[in-house]
Amino acid sequence: MALAKRIIPCLDVDKGRVVKGVNFVGIRDAGDPVEIAKRYNDQGADEITFLDITASHEGRETTVHMVEAIAEQVFIPLTVGGGIRELDDIRRMLNAGADKVSINSAAVYNPEFVREASQKFGAQCIVVAIDAKQVGDNHWEIFTHGGRKPTGINAVEWAVKMADYGAGEILLTSMDRDGVKSGFDLGVTRAISDAVNIPVIASGGVGNLDHLVEGVTQGRADAVLAASIFHFGEYTVQQAKQHMAAAGIEMRLVD
Amino acid sequence: MTSKVCAVIDYGMGNLHSAHGALQAVAQDTRVLVTSDPEVIRAADHVVLPGVGAIRDCMAEIRRQGIDQVVEEARQTKPLLGICVGLQAMMDRSEENNGVDCLGLFPGQVRFFGHDLVENGEKLKVPHMGWNQVSQVDHPLWHGIDNHSRFYFVHSYYVHAERPQQIKGRGHYGVEFAAAMGEDNVFAVQFHPEKSHNAGLALLKNFLEWDGQA
Repeated sequence: MALAKRIIPCLDVDKGRVVKGVNFVGIRDAGDPVEIAKRYNDQGADEITFLDITASHEGRETTVHMVEAIAEQVFIPLTVGGGIRELDDIRRMLNAGADKVSINSAAVYNPEFVREASQKFGAQCIVVAIDAKQVGDNHWEIFTHGGRKPTGINAVEWAVKMADYGAGEILLTSMDRDGVKSGFDLGVTRAISDAVNIPVIASGGVGNLDHLVEGVTQGRADAVLAASIFHFGEYTVQQAKQHMAAAGIEMRLVD
Repeated sequence: MTSKVCAVIDYGMGNLHSAHGALQAVAQDTRVLVTSDPEVIRAADHVVLPGVGAIRDCMAEIRRQGIDQVVEEARQTKPLLGICVGLQAMMDRSEENNGVDCLGLFPGQVRFFGHDLVENGEKLKVPHMGWNQVSQVDHPLWHGIDNHSRFYFVHSYYVHAERPQQIKGRGHYGVEFAAAMGEDNVFAVQFHPEKSHNAGLALLKNFLEWDGQA
Protein backbone atom coordinates (compact mmCIF):
# COMPACT_ATOMS: atom_id res chain seq x y z
CA MET A 1 0.00 0.00 0.00
CA ALA A 2 1.39 3.32 -0.99
CA LEU A 3 0.27 6.73 -2.04
CA ALA A 4 -0.25 6.90 -5.80
CA LYS A 5 1.45 9.43 -8.04
CA ARG A 6 -1.14 11.62 -9.71
CA ILE A 7 -1.90 12.54 -13.31
CA ILE A 8 -3.52 15.95 -13.67
CA PRO A 9 -4.88 17.01 -17.06
CA CYS A 10 -4.77 20.77 -17.37
CA LEU A 11 -7.31 22.83 -19.25
CA ASP A 12 -6.38 26.35 -20.32
CA VAL A 13 -9.63 28.22 -20.34
CA ASP A 14 -10.51 31.44 -22.12
CA LYS A 15 -14.04 32.81 -21.64
CA GLY A 16 -15.35 29.37 -20.77
CA ARG A 17 -13.67 27.47 -23.64
CA VAL A 18 -10.67 25.16 -23.41
CA VAL A 19 -7.67 26.29 -25.44
CA LYS A 20 -4.02 25.33 -25.53
CA GLY A 21 -1.23 27.34 -27.01
CA VAL A 22 2.28 26.36 -27.96
CA ASN A 23 4.77 28.44 -25.99
CA PHE A 24 1.75 30.53 -24.97
CA VAL A 25 1.07 31.71 -28.54
CA GLY A 26 -0.77 30.16 -31.49
CA ILE A 27 -3.90 29.18 -29.60
CA ARG A 28 -6.07 26.30 -30.85
CA ASP A 29 -9.61 25.69 -29.70
CA ALA A 30 -10.01 22.31 -28.02
CA GLY A 31 -13.59 22.26 -26.89
CA ASP A 32 -16.21 22.44 -24.18
CA PRO A 33 -14.68 22.33 -20.68
CA VAL A 34 -17.52 20.40 -19.02
CA GLU A 35 -17.39 17.66 -21.64
CA ILE A 36 -13.60 17.47 -21.50
CA ALA A 37 -13.55 17.41 -17.69
CA LYS A 38 -16.10 14.58 -17.66
CA ARG A 39 -14.09 12.64 -20.23
CA TYR A 40 -10.91 12.95 -18.14
CA ASN A 41 -12.83 12.03 -15.00
CA ASP A 42 -14.15 8.89 -16.71
CA GLN A 43 -10.64 8.03 -17.93
CA GLY A 44 -9.38 8.09 -14.35
CA ALA A 45 -7.77 11.52 -14.00
CA ASP A 46 -6.70 12.03 -10.38
CA GLU A 47 -7.46 15.76 -10.40
CA ILE A 48 -8.19 18.44 -12.98
CA THR A 49 -6.59 21.87 -13.15
CA PHE A 50 -8.02 24.89 -14.97
CA LEU A 51 -5.83 27.81 -15.87
CA ASP A 52 -8.01 30.79 -16.58
CA ILE A 53 -6.31 32.95 -19.20
CA THR A 54 -9.33 35.21 -19.67
CA ALA A 55 -8.35 38.86 -19.61
CA SER A 56 -11.71 40.53 -19.06
CA HIS A 57 -13.79 40.74 -15.92
CA GLU A 58 -16.96 39.56 -17.69
CA GLY A 59 -15.06 36.59 -19.06
CA ARG A 60 -14.11 35.63 -15.51
CA GLU A 61 -17.73 35.36 -14.50
CA THR A 62 -18.06 32.80 -17.29
CA THR A 63 -15.21 30.85 -15.68
CA VAL A 64 -17.00 30.83 -12.31
CA HIS A 65 -20.12 29.37 -13.94
CA MET A 66 -17.97 26.84 -15.76
CA VAL A 67 -16.44 25.69 -12.45
CA GLU A 68 -19.92 25.40 -10.95
CA ALA A 69 -21.11 23.28 -13.85
CA ILE A 70 -18.08 20.98 -13.67
CA ALA A 71 -18.19 20.62 -9.88
CA GLU A 72 -21.77 19.34 -10.16
CA GLN A 73 -20.70 16.45 -12.37
CA VAL A 74 -17.08 15.67 -11.62
CA PHE A 75 -16.21 14.26 -8.20
CA ILE A 76 -12.43 14.51 -8.10
CA PRO A 77 -10.37 17.49 -6.87
CA LEU A 78 -10.54 20.62 -9.03
CA THR A 79 -7.93 23.38 -9.04
CA VAL A 80 -8.41 26.80 -10.60
CA GLY A 81 -5.53 29.15 -11.38
CA GLY A 82 -5.05 32.34 -13.33
CA GLY A 83 -6.01 35.77 -12.08
CA ILE A 84 -6.12 34.83 -8.38
CA ARG A 85 -5.00 38.10 -6.77
CA GLU A 86 -7.19 38.67 -3.72
CA LEU A 87 -8.75 36.65 -0.94
CA ASP A 88 -12.07 37.36 -2.57
CA ASP A 89 -10.95 35.67 -5.82
CA ILE A 90 -10.15 32.56 -3.79
CA ARG A 91 -13.46 32.62 -1.94
CA ARG A 92 -15.34 32.95 -5.22
CA MET A 93 -13.62 29.96 -6.81
CA LEU A 94 -13.97 27.77 -3.69
CA ASN A 95 -17.64 28.69 -3.46
CA ALA A 96 -18.08 27.77 -7.10
CA GLY A 97 -16.81 24.28 -6.26
CA ALA A 98 -13.04 24.45 -6.72
CA ASP A 99 -11.04 22.53 -4.11
CA LYS A 100 -7.81 24.42 -4.58
CA VAL A 101 -6.65 27.63 -6.18
CA SER A 102 -3.32 28.20 -7.79
CA ILE A 103 -1.59 31.52 -7.10
CA ASN A 104 1.10 32.68 -9.48
CA SER A 105 2.17 36.30 -10.04
CA ALA A 106 0.22 37.62 -7.05
CA ALA A 107 2.59 35.57 -4.86
CA VAL A 108 5.62 37.13 -6.55
CA TYR A 109 4.32 40.68 -6.06
CA ASN A 110 3.11 40.05 -2.53
CA PRO A 111 4.34 36.88 -0.79
CA GLU A 112 2.27 37.77 2.28
CA PHE A 113 -0.81 37.04 0.17
CA VAL A 114 0.11 33.35 0.27
CA ARG A 115 0.41 33.45 4.04
CA GLU A 116 -2.94 35.20 4.45
CA ALA A 117 -4.64 32.86 1.99
CA SER A 118 -3.24 29.79 3.74
CA GLN A 119 -4.31 31.00 7.17
CA LYS A 120 -7.75 31.94 5.91
CA PHE A 121 -8.61 28.92 3.77
CA GLY A 122 -6.09 26.27 4.87
CA ALA A 123 -2.86 25.13 3.21
CA GLN A 124 -4.68 22.21 1.57
CA CYS A 125 -6.32 24.53 -0.93
CA ILE A 126 -3.40 26.84 -1.70
CA VAL A 127 -1.19 25.85 -4.63
CA VAL A 128 1.66 28.17 -5.52
CA ALA A 129 2.46 28.11 -9.23
CA ILE A 130 6.06 28.75 -10.17
CA ASP A 131 7.07 29.55 -13.74
CA ALA A 132 10.80 28.88 -13.97
CA LYS A 133 13.41 29.25 -16.68
CA GLN A 134 16.95 27.98 -16.63
CA VAL A 135 19.40 30.90 -16.56
CA GLY A 136 22.65 29.02 -15.80
CA ASP A 137 24.07 25.71 -14.59
CA ASN A 138 21.75 24.44 -11.88
CA HIS A 139 20.22 27.87 -11.68
CA TRP A 140 16.60 28.62 -12.43
CA GLU A 141 14.78 31.90 -12.12
CA ILE A 142 11.13 32.87 -11.69
CA PHE A 143 9.49 34.58 -14.67
CA THR A 144 6.09 36.27 -14.79
CA HIS A 145 3.77 37.40 -17.59
CA GLY A 146 3.75 34.08 -19.36
CA GLY A 147 7.52 33.79 -19.24
CA ARG A 148 8.37 37.25 -20.57
CA LYS A 149 9.37 39.07 -17.39
CA PRO A 150 12.38 37.96 -15.35
CA THR A 151 12.21 38.63 -11.60
CA GLY A 152 15.73 37.75 -10.51
CA ILE A 153 14.26 35.34 -7.93
CA ASN A 154 15.93 31.95 -7.56
CA ALA A 155 13.25 29.32 -8.21
CA VAL A 156 14.42 26.76 -5.63
CA GLU A 157 14.75 29.36 -2.85
CA TRP A 158 11.35 30.72 -3.81
CA ALA A 159 9.73 27.29 -3.53
CA VAL A 160 11.18 26.83 -0.03
CA LYS A 161 9.91 30.26 0.97
CA MET A 162 6.42 29.57 -0.40
CA ALA A 163 6.26 26.29 1.51
CA ASP A 164 7.21 28.23 4.66
CA TYR A 165 4.48 30.76 3.94
CA GLY A 166 1.87 28.04 3.90
CA ALA A 167 1.60 26.75 0.34
CA GLY A 168 0.11 23.26 0.36
CA GLU A 169 1.57 22.30 -2.98
CA ILE A 170 3.89 23.63 -5.70
CA LEU A 171 2.90 23.62 -9.37
CA LEU A 172 6.20 23.94 -11.20
CA THR A 173 6.13 24.89 -14.87
CA SER A 174 9.29 25.00 -16.89
CA MET A 175 8.80 27.92 -19.25
CA ASP A 176 11.53 26.74 -21.62
CA ARG A 177 9.60 23.55 -22.13
CA ASP A 178 5.98 24.60 -22.06
CA GLY A 179 4.24 23.44 -25.22
CA VAL A 180 7.41 22.18 -26.92
CA LYS A 181 7.00 18.48 -26.06
CA SER A 182 10.61 17.69 -25.22
CA GLY A 183 9.91 16.53 -21.67
CA PHE A 184 9.96 18.19 -18.23
CA ASP A 185 12.99 20.13 -17.06
CA LEU A 186 14.02 17.34 -14.70
CA GLY A 187 16.82 19.37 -13.10
CA VAL A 188 14.61 22.04 -11.58
CA THR A 189 11.86 19.54 -10.81
CA ARG A 190 14.20 17.42 -8.76
CA ALA A 191 15.93 20.40 -7.13
CA ILE A 192 12.61 21.77 -5.90
CA SER A 193 11.08 18.43 -5.00
CA ASP A 194 14.11 17.61 -2.85
CA ALA A 195 14.12 21.07 -1.24
CA VAL A 196 10.53 21.22 -0.02
CA ASN A 197 8.41 18.91 2.13
CA ILE A 198 5.15 19.56 0.25
CA PRO A 199 4.01 17.85 -2.95
CA VAL A 200 5.39 19.11 -6.27
CA ILE A 201 3.47 18.92 -9.55
CA ALA A 202 5.69 18.88 -12.63
CA SER A 203 4.42 20.74 -15.67
CA GLY A 204 5.57 21.96 -19.04
CA GLY A 205 6.95 19.97 -21.93
CA VAL A 206 5.16 16.63 -21.94
CA GLY A 207 5.25 15.14 -25.45
CA ASN A 208 5.00 11.42 -24.74
CA LEU A 209 4.26 9.00 -21.94
CA ASP A 210 7.91 8.37 -21.07
CA HIS A 211 8.16 12.04 -20.14
CA LEU A 212 5.53 11.45 -17.45
CA VAL A 213 7.54 8.51 -16.10
CA GLU A 214 10.75 10.57 -16.00
CA GLY A 215 8.99 13.38 -14.14
CA VAL A 216 8.38 10.97 -11.28
CA THR A 217 11.44 8.72 -11.38
CA GLN A 218 14.07 11.37 -12.17
CA GLY A 219 12.30 14.61 -11.27
CA ARG A 220 10.81 13.05 -8.11
CA ALA A 221 7.54 14.84 -8.73
CA ASP A 222 4.47 13.76 -6.76
CA ALA A 223 2.17 14.53 -9.66
CA VAL A 224 2.49 15.25 -13.36
CA LEU A 225 0.41 17.74 -15.28
CA ALA A 226 -0.16 17.68 -19.02
CA ALA A 227 -2.52 19.29 -21.48
CA SER A 228 -2.09 18.84 -25.19
CA ILE A 229 -1.21 15.12 -25.21
CA PHE A 230 -4.68 14.53 -23.75
CA HIS A 231 -6.70 17.25 -25.48
CA PHE A 232 -6.00 16.19 -29.02
CA GLY A 233 -6.54 12.51 -28.39
CA GLU A 234 -2.91 11.37 -28.70
CA TYR A 235 -3.23 9.47 -25.44
CA THR A 236 -5.97 8.83 -22.93
CA VAL A 237 -5.36 9.40 -19.23
CA GLN A 238 -5.88 5.68 -18.77
CA GLN A 239 -3.11 4.83 -21.26
CA ALA A 240 -0.82 7.26 -19.47
CA LYS A 241 -1.55 5.63 -16.12
CA GLN A 242 -1.01 2.12 -17.45
CA HIS A 243 2.29 3.21 -18.96
CA MET A 244 3.45 4.70 -15.67
CA ALA A 245 2.28 1.66 -13.69
CA ALA A 246 4.18 -0.61 -16.10
CA ALA A 247 7.29 1.44 -15.31
CA GLY A 248 6.85 0.49 -11.66
CA ILE A 249 5.17 3.67 -10.46
CA GLU A 250 2.33 3.39 -7.94
CA MET A 251 -0.82 4.57 -9.73
CA ARG A 252 -4.55 4.57 -9.17
CA LEU A 253 -5.94 2.43 -11.97
CA VAL A 254 -9.67 2.49 -12.58
CA ASP A 255 -11.75 0.08 -14.61
CA MET B 1 -43.23 8.01 -0.81
CA THR B 2 -42.06 10.66 1.62
CA SER B 3 -38.58 11.77 0.93
CA LYS B 4 -35.88 11.54 3.58
CA VAL B 5 -33.53 14.32 4.58
CA CYS B 6 -29.75 14.23 4.94
CA ALA B 7 -28.35 17.22 6.84
CA VAL B 8 -24.78 18.28 6.10
CA ILE B 9 -23.78 20.35 9.12
CA ASP B 10 -22.49 23.78 8.15
CA TYR B 11 -20.58 25.34 11.03
CA GLY B 12 -18.76 27.83 8.88
CA MET B 13 -15.59 25.82 8.26
CA GLY B 14 -15.05 25.59 4.55
CA ASN B 15 -16.94 24.91 1.45
CA LEU B 16 -19.61 22.21 1.54
CA HIS B 17 -20.49 22.48 -2.11
CA SER B 18 -18.68 19.25 -2.98
CA ALA B 19 -20.12 17.20 -0.12
CA HIS B 20 -23.61 18.41 -0.94
CA GLY B 21 -23.19 17.85 -4.67
CA ALA B 22 -21.81 14.33 -4.34
CA LEU B 23 -24.47 13.24 -1.81
CA GLN B 24 -27.25 14.70 -3.91
CA ALA B 25 -25.84 13.02 -7.03
CA VAL B 26 -26.24 9.55 -5.46
CA ALA B 27 -29.40 10.24 -3.43
CA GLN B 28 -32.46 8.24 -4.49
CA ASP B 29 -35.26 9.52 -2.27
CA THR B 30 -33.26 11.86 -0.06
CA ARG B 31 -33.02 15.62 -0.05
CA VAL B 32 -29.56 16.83 0.98
CA LEU B 33 -29.53 20.08 2.97
CA VAL B 34 -26.52 22.12 4.02
CA THR B 35 -27.57 23.64 7.32
CA SER B 36 -26.49 25.03 10.67
CA ASP B 37 -30.01 24.96 12.09
CA PRO B 38 -30.14 22.50 15.04
CA GLU B 39 -33.85 21.86 14.44
CA VAL B 40 -33.27 20.86 10.82
CA ILE B 41 -30.39 18.60 11.89
CA ARG B 42 -32.54 17.03 14.65
CA ALA B 43 -35.30 16.33 12.17
CA ALA B 44 -32.97 14.82 9.53
CA ASP B 45 -32.76 11.08 8.86
CA HIS B 46 -29.02 11.14 8.14
CA VAL B 47 -26.39 13.56 9.42
CA VAL B 48 -22.98 14.40 7.98
CA LEU B 49 -20.28 16.17 10.00
CA PRO B 50 -17.68 17.51 7.55
CA GLY B 51 -14.67 19.65 8.38
CA VAL B 52 -11.61 21.26 6.91
CA GLY B 53 -8.90 23.47 8.31
CA ALA B 54 -7.41 23.69 11.77
CA ILE B 55 -8.97 21.65 14.56
CA ARG B 56 -8.91 24.50 17.10
CA ASP B 57 -11.10 26.67 14.85
CA CYS B 58 -13.38 23.74 14.03
CA MET B 59 -13.90 22.77 17.67
CA ALA B 60 -14.43 26.40 18.68
CA GLU B 61 -17.21 26.78 16.10
CA ILE B 62 -18.70 23.37 16.93
CA ARG B 63 -19.00 24.40 20.58
CA ARG B 64 -20.04 28.01 19.96
CA GLN B 65 -22.90 26.94 17.71
CA GLY B 66 -23.99 24.05 19.91
CA ILE B 67 -23.16 21.54 17.20
CA ASP B 68 -21.56 19.28 19.84
CA GLN B 69 -25.01 18.82 21.38
CA VAL B 70 -26.67 18.00 18.05
CA VAL B 71 -23.92 15.55 17.11
CA GLU B 72 -24.28 13.83 20.48
CA GLU B 73 -28.02 13.46 19.85
CA ALA B 74 -27.44 12.17 16.33
CA ARG B 75 -24.98 9.53 17.49
CA GLN B 76 -27.67 8.08 19.72
CA THR B 77 -30.43 8.00 17.16
CA LYS B 78 -29.45 8.01 13.48
CA PRO B 79 -26.76 7.30 10.88
CA LEU B 80 -23.95 9.83 11.33
CA LEU B 81 -21.01 10.24 8.94
CA GLY B 82 -17.84 12.19 9.79
CA ILE B 83 -15.56 13.36 6.99
CA CYS B 84 -11.88 14.39 7.32
CA VAL B 85 -11.63 16.88 10.21
CA GLY B 86 -15.17 15.73 11.05
CA LEU B 87 -13.61 12.35 11.92
CA GLN B 88 -10.79 13.99 13.87
CA ALA B 89 -13.33 16.07 15.82
CA MET B 90 -14.98 12.80 16.92
CA MET B 91 -11.82 11.62 18.70
CA ASP B 92 -10.85 12.42 22.34
CA ARG B 93 -8.14 14.88 21.58
CA SER B 94 -5.91 16.26 18.82
CA GLU B 95 -2.31 17.35 19.22
CA GLU B 96 -2.80 20.01 16.53
CA ASN B 97 -2.68 23.66 17.70
CA ASN B 98 -0.82 22.67 20.91
CA GLY B 99 -3.55 20.25 21.92
CA VAL B 100 -7.32 20.56 21.50
CA ASP B 101 -10.03 18.57 23.29
CA CYS B 102 -12.51 17.07 20.84
CA LEU B 103 -15.94 15.42 21.04
CA GLY B 104 -14.81 12.05 22.38
CA LEU B 105 -17.19 9.83 20.38
CA PHE B 106 -14.24 7.50 19.79
CA PRO B 107 -11.44 6.96 22.31
CA GLY B 108 -8.11 7.86 20.74
CA GLN B 109 -5.82 10.64 19.69
CA VAL B 110 -5.14 12.68 16.59
CA ARG B 111 -1.40 12.87 15.92
CA PHE B 112 0.92 14.79 13.57
CA PHE B 113 2.58 12.78 10.79
CA GLY B 114 5.78 14.67 11.64
CA HIS B 115 8.49 16.25 9.57
CA ASP B 116 10.65 13.14 9.40
CA LEU B 117 8.23 10.64 7.97
CA VAL B 118 10.17 7.97 6.09
CA GLU B 119 9.23 4.84 4.16
CA ASN B 120 11.67 2.43 2.50
CA GLY B 121 14.42 5.01 3.02
CA GLU B 122 12.43 7.69 1.23
CA LYS B 123 11.24 10.87 2.88
CA LEU B 124 7.47 11.27 2.74
CA LYS B 125 5.86 14.64 2.18
CA VAL B 126 3.32 16.09 4.56
CA PRO B 127 0.40 16.67 4.05
CA HIS B 128 -0.49 13.16 2.95
CA MET B 129 -2.15 14.33 -0.27
CA GLY B 130 -3.58 12.15 -2.99
CA TRP B 131 -5.05 8.72 -3.62
CA ASN B 132 -4.19 5.98 -1.15
CA GLN B 133 -5.52 2.52 -0.48
CA VAL B 134 -7.80 1.55 2.38
CA SER B 135 -7.86 -1.97 3.86
CA GLN B 136 -11.48 -2.49 4.70
CA VAL B 137 -12.94 -4.13 7.78
CA ASP B 138 -16.35 -5.62 7.08
CA HIS B 139 -19.03 -2.92 7.33
CA PRO B 140 -22.21 -2.07 5.36
CA LEU B 141 -20.66 1.20 4.13
CA TRP B 142 -18.05 -0.72 2.08
CA HIS B 143 -20.75 -2.63 0.24
CA GLY B 144 -19.87 -3.02 -3.46
CA ILE B 145 -16.49 -1.28 -3.09
CA ASP B 146 -13.39 -3.42 -3.79
CA ASN B 147 -11.11 -3.91 -0.82
CA HIS B 148 -7.96 -1.74 -1.13
CA SER B 149 -9.74 0.76 -3.36
CA ARG B 150 -8.10 4.16 -3.42
CA PHE B 151 -9.64 7.27 -1.89
CA TYR B 152 -8.54 10.91 -1.97
CA PHE B 153 -6.79 12.09 1.22
CA VAL B 154 -5.52 15.52 2.30
CA HIS B 155 -4.32 15.65 5.90
CA SER B 156 -1.31 16.29 8.08
CA TYR B 157 -2.76 14.72 11.23
CA TYR B 158 -3.98 11.15 11.57
CA VAL B 159 -6.18 9.15 13.88
CA HIS B 160 -4.65 6.72 16.35
CA ALA B 161 -7.57 4.67 17.65
CA GLU B 162 -7.52 3.29 21.14
CA ARG B 163 -9.96 0.46 20.42
CA PRO B 164 -8.80 -1.53 17.39
CA GLN B 165 -12.29 -3.00 16.95
CA GLN B 166 -13.56 0.49 16.06
CA ILE B 167 -11.19 0.72 13.08
CA LYS B 168 -13.23 0.01 9.95
CA GLY B 169 -10.55 0.92 7.43
CA ARG B 170 -6.77 0.95 7.73
CA GLY B 171 -4.49 3.33 5.90
CA HIS B 172 -0.72 3.47 5.71
CA TYR B 173 1.57 6.45 5.14
CA GLY B 174 4.84 6.01 6.95
CA VAL B 175 2.71 4.90 9.91
CA GLU B 176 -0.49 2.89 10.24
CA PHE B 177 -3.52 5.10 10.74
CA ALA B 178 -7.29 4.77 10.97
CA ALA B 179 -8.75 5.71 7.59
CA ALA B 180 -12.26 4.83 8.78
CA MET B 181 -13.80 4.45 12.23
CA GLY B 182 -17.16 3.01 13.16
CA GLU B 183 -19.34 2.03 16.10
CA ASP B 184 -23.07 1.36 15.99
CA ASN B 185 -24.69 4.06 13.82
CA VAL B 186 -21.57 6.25 13.54
CA PHE B 187 -19.09 5.97 10.66
CA ALA B 188 -16.27 8.40 9.97
CA VAL B 189 -13.58 8.60 7.31
CA GLN B 190 -10.30 10.46 7.01
CA PHE B 191 -10.49 10.68 3.22
CA HIS B 192 -12.88 12.76 1.13
CA PRO B 193 -15.53 10.45 -0.34
CA GLU B 194 -17.03 13.46 -2.15
CA LYS B 195 -13.74 13.79 -4.08
CA SER B 196 -13.00 10.09 -4.50
CA HIS B 197 -14.68 9.37 -7.82
CA ASN B 198 -16.70 6.14 -8.07
CA ALA B 199 -15.46 4.54 -4.85
CA GLY B 200 -16.35 7.66 -2.88
CA LEU B 201 -19.75 8.02 -4.49
CA ALA B 202 -20.49 4.36 -3.70
CA LEU B 203 -19.64 4.94 -0.05
CA LEU B 204 -21.93 7.99 0.13
CA LYS B 205 -24.73 6.02 -1.52
CA ASN B 206 -24.24 3.23 1.01
CA PHE B 207 -24.44 5.80 3.80
CA LEU B 208 -27.73 7.25 2.55
CA GLU B 209 -29.17 3.73 2.34
CA TRP B 210 -27.79 2.70 5.72
CA ASP B 211 -30.15 2.12 8.62
CA GLY B 212 -27.37 2.54 11.17
CA GLN B 213 -26.98 -1.15 11.97
CA ALA B 214 -23.32 -2.15 11.96
